[in-house]
Amino acid sequence: MKFSILGALLKKEVLLMKRNPFIPKLVFAMPVMVMLILPLVANLDVKNVSIAVVDNDRSLLSRRIVADIDAVESLEVTAMPASFREGMALMENGGIDVLLTIPADFAGNLRTAAPKLDLRSNGVNSTKGMLGGQYVGTSAISTINGWIAESGIEPHADVASIVNLYNPTLDFRNYMIPALMVVLLIIICGFIPTLNLVSEKESGTIEAMNVTPVGKFTFVLSKLLPFWVVGLIVVTVGMLIGWGVYGLVPAGNIGLVYLAAILFSLVMSGLGVTIANSSSTMLQSIFVMFACIMIFQLMGGLFTPIDSMPRWAQCLTYAVPPRYFNEIMRSVYLKGASAADVMSQYLALAGYAALFFLTAAVSYRKRS
Amino acid sequence: MKSAIEVRDLVKSYSQVKALDGISLSVGEGELFGLIGPDGAGKSSLYRILATLAAPDSGRAEVCGLDTGREYCKIRTLVGYMPERFSLYPDMTVMENLRFFATLFGVSVKESYPLIAPVFAQLAKFPDRMAGALSGGMKQKLALSCALIHRPSVLLLDEPTTGVDAVSRSEFWDMLAGLKSSGITILVSTSYMDEAARCERVAMIDRGKILVTDTPRKLVAGIGENLYNAEASDMFRLLTALRQYPGIRDCYTFGATLHIVAEPSFNPAEAVRRLAAEGIGDARIYPAKGDIEDLFIKLTRDEKQ
Repeated sequence: MKFSILGALLKKEVLLMKRNPFIPKLVFAMPVMVMLILPLVANLDVKNVSIAVVDNDRSLLSRRIVADIDAVESLEVTAMPASFREGMALMENGGIDVLLTIPADFAGNLRTAAPKLDLRSNGVNSTKGMLGGQYVGTSAISTINGWIAESGIEPHADVASIVNLYNPTLDFRNYMIPALMVVLLIIICGFIPTLNLVSEKESGTIEAMNVTPVGKFTFVLSKLLPFWVVGLIVVTVGMLIGWGVYGLVPAGNIGLVYLAAILFSLVMSGLGVTIANSSSTMLQSIFVMFACIMIFQLMGGLFTPIDSMPRWAQCLTYAVPPRYFNEIMRSVYLKGASAADVMSQYLALAGYAALFFLTAAVSYRKRS
Repeated sequence: MKSAIEVRDLVKSYSQVKALDGISLSVGEGELFGLIGPDGAGKSSLYRILATLAAPDSGRAEVCGLDTGREYCKIRTLVGYMPERFSLYPDMTVMENLRFFATLFGVSVKESYPLIAPVFAQLAKFPDRMAGALSGGMKQKLALSCALIHRPSVLLLDEPTTGVDAVSRSEFWDMLAGLKSSGITILVSTSYMDEAARCERVAMIDRGKILVTDTPRKLVAGIGENLYNAEASDMFRLLTALRQYPGIRDCYTFGATLHIVAEPSFNPAEAVRRLAAEGIGDARIYPAKGDIEDLFIKLTRDEKQ
């Protein structure tokens, strides 16, 4: 491999990318658009959860529990049915999302035993029901804990407590911002190299290239390396917006984010070039790439947690490279993980980058 | 004479279509050799094999004594290939393209400049123009300059003058003559029959087969016998009438007139009289000078029969 040749090829790639009327704009505009809009809309936080409370206790504590729940921004106590049966009727009509039943003499029993609150949520809109139920539980527990502290009761072991680590406000936005950067890299570093190579095939410039003595490893490398830079630009724009607009800065080292972005751009562009090698038109390559991207997005743990997938699907996700990038991004961003903590993910990404580079180079054919 | 290109029984098929059907060809060192045939004759398939971009199904092809299958790496540094389609980067300037290909071949523009100067001279006036913004003739000159940048010993030009105006075409052939004089072997294909006269030797190719190989002079010698021009105001009626006329082997449109290939016994004056009787009063028939196109039509006709 001659470095002067690689240099000339890289210079050409960068020159053509800069002169392309579309790509430089895309590399900046797409992260800006996605990062400005998607964290606000792709939000699983629920609002306006209607709650019915059956208060059989009618104590100072029970009234405080209800008042505190009502004070939570996203919760609203809309009904106070007289009995559990009436409350269930409301739930069946679809009028309420969560039904809280406070048993008789709840406050009194708190001193001696571990009385239980009964919490039922409507699973038709599962997100709203589930999260709403959790919000109500969290609020009630904090009220009870406060009560216990004030009245100087020996805290009973069974009174639960929920503490959210790493994302203290349980803000879904914070959870999604690192994942959206993963999505951006999947799309930008996946599509551009694919289309770049196929367009050389379509316009015929590949013919003149193929008769030169340029080796295929050198050639393929020249198609992959520019996307390090593109990946870095995308992640930088993403991080700046995350900080400037949403006030979220990586808890860990920024260098770790960049390292992961470089490795992952290589994975995606290697896959892109492999796909381009076996397609002769842009249409073919776009469809194949799209299929891969669908799987990557849905199985990479970006939107749905991998832990909640069936066992066999969890095993499959080991073959989905964004899984590792996503884990690194979320760990470094939210938990402030160190390189040692996510070493195995880095190694997996590096392995996939090498694998896809090799497949891309081997499947590139100068002769037909 | 040592041969620069040696092709033996080359066969290449694309699914159902047989693009090359047992082609054999030998081009001497320093020769300007023309490959003439219509679109779809198999010219580009032959070029792709010689340029090491495709492998033949069977048969053998050698360039500079090197096998295109096993020694393709060496061939790539010895051959300059100009594909039929413009294959330089349209978003790079004239100079950028030239420097780019020079670097890929490990040469500098400066040391190769004397060779490309006659071709590149006109382009040198606007080195910063984008290659995509050049005219057709200029594009071809730039492509030729890039194909020549590494001073190849064999130049493969696939229809270099297609889509180029008549003046530029003529200039282009002058340049090829110049390159030939510096010792480069040139294999050039064209579908313009009139360009054949500018080659030292030509091979006529049709439907994957070589019909004939010879010097243009020898090829056209003898083709003028029993060949006539025919004209009338109603050309279509004349054509139909002549095709049914006894003693005429073939009749086809040739530019503004018709060409008649006749039996030796054919009598033009007699024919004009009989045409007048049929209502074509203004018919004129006179001897024609045959050229390479007449030969091609004759050969493809013989092939079909």
